Amino acid sequence: MWEYTDKVKDHFLNPRNVGVIEDADGVGEVGSIACGDALTFYFKLDENGRIKNATFQTFGCASAIASSSALTEMVIGKNLDEVAQITNEDIAGYLGGLPKEKMHCSVMGREALEKAVACYRGEAGKKIEGEIVCECFGVTDREIERVVRENHLKTIEDVTDYVKAGGGCGKCHDRIQEIIDSVRGAPRLVPLQPRVLTNLQKIKLIEESIKREINPTLNMDAGRLELVDVDGNRVMVRLGGSCASCAKSHITLKHYVESKLRELVSPELVVEEVQ
Amino acid sequence: MTDVVYLDNNATTRVDPAVLEAMLPYFSDYYGNPSSMHSFGGGVGARIRAAREQLAQLIGASPEEIVFTSCGTESDSTAIHAAIESHPGKRHLVTSRVEHPAVKNLYEALSKKGFRTTFVPVDGQGRLDLDYLFESLDDDTAIVSLMWANNETGVIFPIEEVAPRVQERGIVFHTDAVQAVGKLPIDLARSAVDMLSLSGHKLHGPKGIGALYVRKGTKFAPFMIGGHQERNRRGGTENTAAIIGLGKAAELARRHLETEGTRGVSALRDRLEQDLLARVPHTRVNGDPAHRLPNTTSVAFEYVEGEAILLMLNEYGICASSGSACTSGSLEPSHVLRAMGVPFTAAHGSIRFSLSRYTTGKEVDAVLEALPPIIARLRELSPFWKKAGVEAQG
Repeated sequence: MWEYTDKVKDHFLNPRNVGVIEDADGVGEVGSIACGDALTFYFKLDENGRIKNATFQTFGCASAIASSSALTEMVIGKNLDEVAQITNEDIAGYLGGLPKEKMHCSVMGREALEKAVACYRGEAGKKIEGEIVCECFGVTDREIERVVRENHLKTIEDVTDYVKAGGGCGKCHDRIQEIIDSVRGAPRLVPLQPRVLTNLQKIKLIEESIKREINPTLNMDAGRLELVDVDGNRVMVRLGGSCASCAKSHITLKHYVESKLRELVSPELVVEEVQ
Repeated sequence: MTDVVYLDNNATTRVDPAVLEAMLPYFSDYYGNPSSMHSFGGGVGARIRAAREQLAQLIGASPEEIVFTSCGTESDSTAIHAAIESHPGKRHLVTSRVEHPAVKNLYEALSKKGFRTTFVPVDGQGRLDLDYLFESLDDDTAIVSLMWANNETGVIFPIEEVAPRVQERGIVFHTDAVQAVGKLPIDLARSAVDMLSLSGHKLHGPKGIGALYVRKGTKFAPFMIGGHQERNRRGGTENTAAIIGLGKAAELARRHLETEGTRGVSALRDRLEQDLLARVPHTRVNGDPAHRLPNTTSVAFEYVEGEAILLMLNEYGICASSGSACTSGSLEPSHVLRAMGVPFTAAHGSIRFSLSRYTTGKEVDAVLEALPPIIARLRELSPFWKKAGVEAQG
């Protein structure tokens, strides 16, 4: 049995804004009956360009219905630039989280919203961007790239949970892995052979490693690392974001940052935290 | 707990109170090891012999043909493993496309290890393609493993017709009868089945106990290698209380089959099915109605999704299950319904109701009352429902 939050259960059992808007300004349709879930999203604007009314119809499981219902509540009162900022994480967050295997329900909500806005702006009917990678569920390389980037996905299984790609016959697994590698790995820093660095080179390399390798990883947990100073082999850093208040930050520093800098810059480095 | 409407008996069943009573002394009072030399342990051994006889009687076997295991899955694995081990030259394995994961996933794993596997198709009613089956057999075939009755649809395979024709080719015939034992009369003394798997918790016995029937003379190799228990066919100290519980459950099931039979259960099932079909439009039954378990019905409600139905039923304390993808975390609906060619419109919205001898008319009424409005409500939510209505009118 799925562990659904009370908010998911509430939106499933008492869905808000169900139905069709006959004279809608924008309509977005995603999914299909073969895929197991589908959503049609409608919105109507007021004279100031804000969403006055939004409704949905959904075929799918409890989390698909709840995500659709949540989406309508989230967009009402907002203008189209504001709704463009809504991510699938926002929808899942609004519901207090979704089981990992059900994240595709929130992605479906975001896609329907985007399609409806595109429909309003006259961009509807535009060809699907990118090339189909997963034929079972009709998912393109662009969609996979985007969901990997936005949700920091690491594995094929993650991609399946978020956009279903790879969940059918499995023929596209190699291609999905390539996409994950290219999004996450580009451009990847190659571990260096031990060599003598000038102080300036060392500092530059540390800065670059933090920017390109360490911070992108820490960002997944909404943390951030700032370089304060370098004195010989002592690297002084400050933790920001959610890392600052996180009890595990010391472990993060020692185990991750230090080993990463030692690998990429110099094996003698020692990382210290400063306030 | 008493107000639960439990129509999920193919998942598991209530332990019969008489079964529990029979088991209880064997935890803290008579906890001896049946292998011990002292009579404190040996006495338990005598009780296990009695349980073995009770179970043997239910399926028409001899007691020494029964090997106790931990579950149906272990029984299946043991049988298939034994056939492979004792026919080392043979590399071909046959089963059907609608098996339980205990067999299906094992075959898939063996296929990756280099075995040739044949998954025999079924028709739209879930009936086995017998011509395909027999044409697939050759000198390289080590085993044919077919479920007696399907857990999702209840469709019964003609095991007694297939088994002798497989046996005469010198091929081991195994049947996963986990859903059939206790629900159908089975007489292995007059059958060509070589091995048969069963599970305690599907027939009002406890979980964690299963058995494998191994016909006398069948080549065998143990799966769990260890002590001399089960005549060297399954190592490991006996799960004494559960074995005794399974024996009692088998005795009760046999008595029930002989006296009342399954008429009561099938009458309730038929009423549930017919009334649902009558009350809810765009509804169909999955599987061959002429060859089905008496307790099972798989009903497809078109244009709605199964998990949503189950969770709404759950609000009424009604327990059922579905072949929907969303209940399992997979993305494809049930492999059983897909193998039968059930269209996606119906496969995603298929609900299995499985009854037992405990099921009451009141429970059936509760479903008949709760379900039609749930389906109507979910169809209101579904973008496909209106379209279907338009098509139907046009």
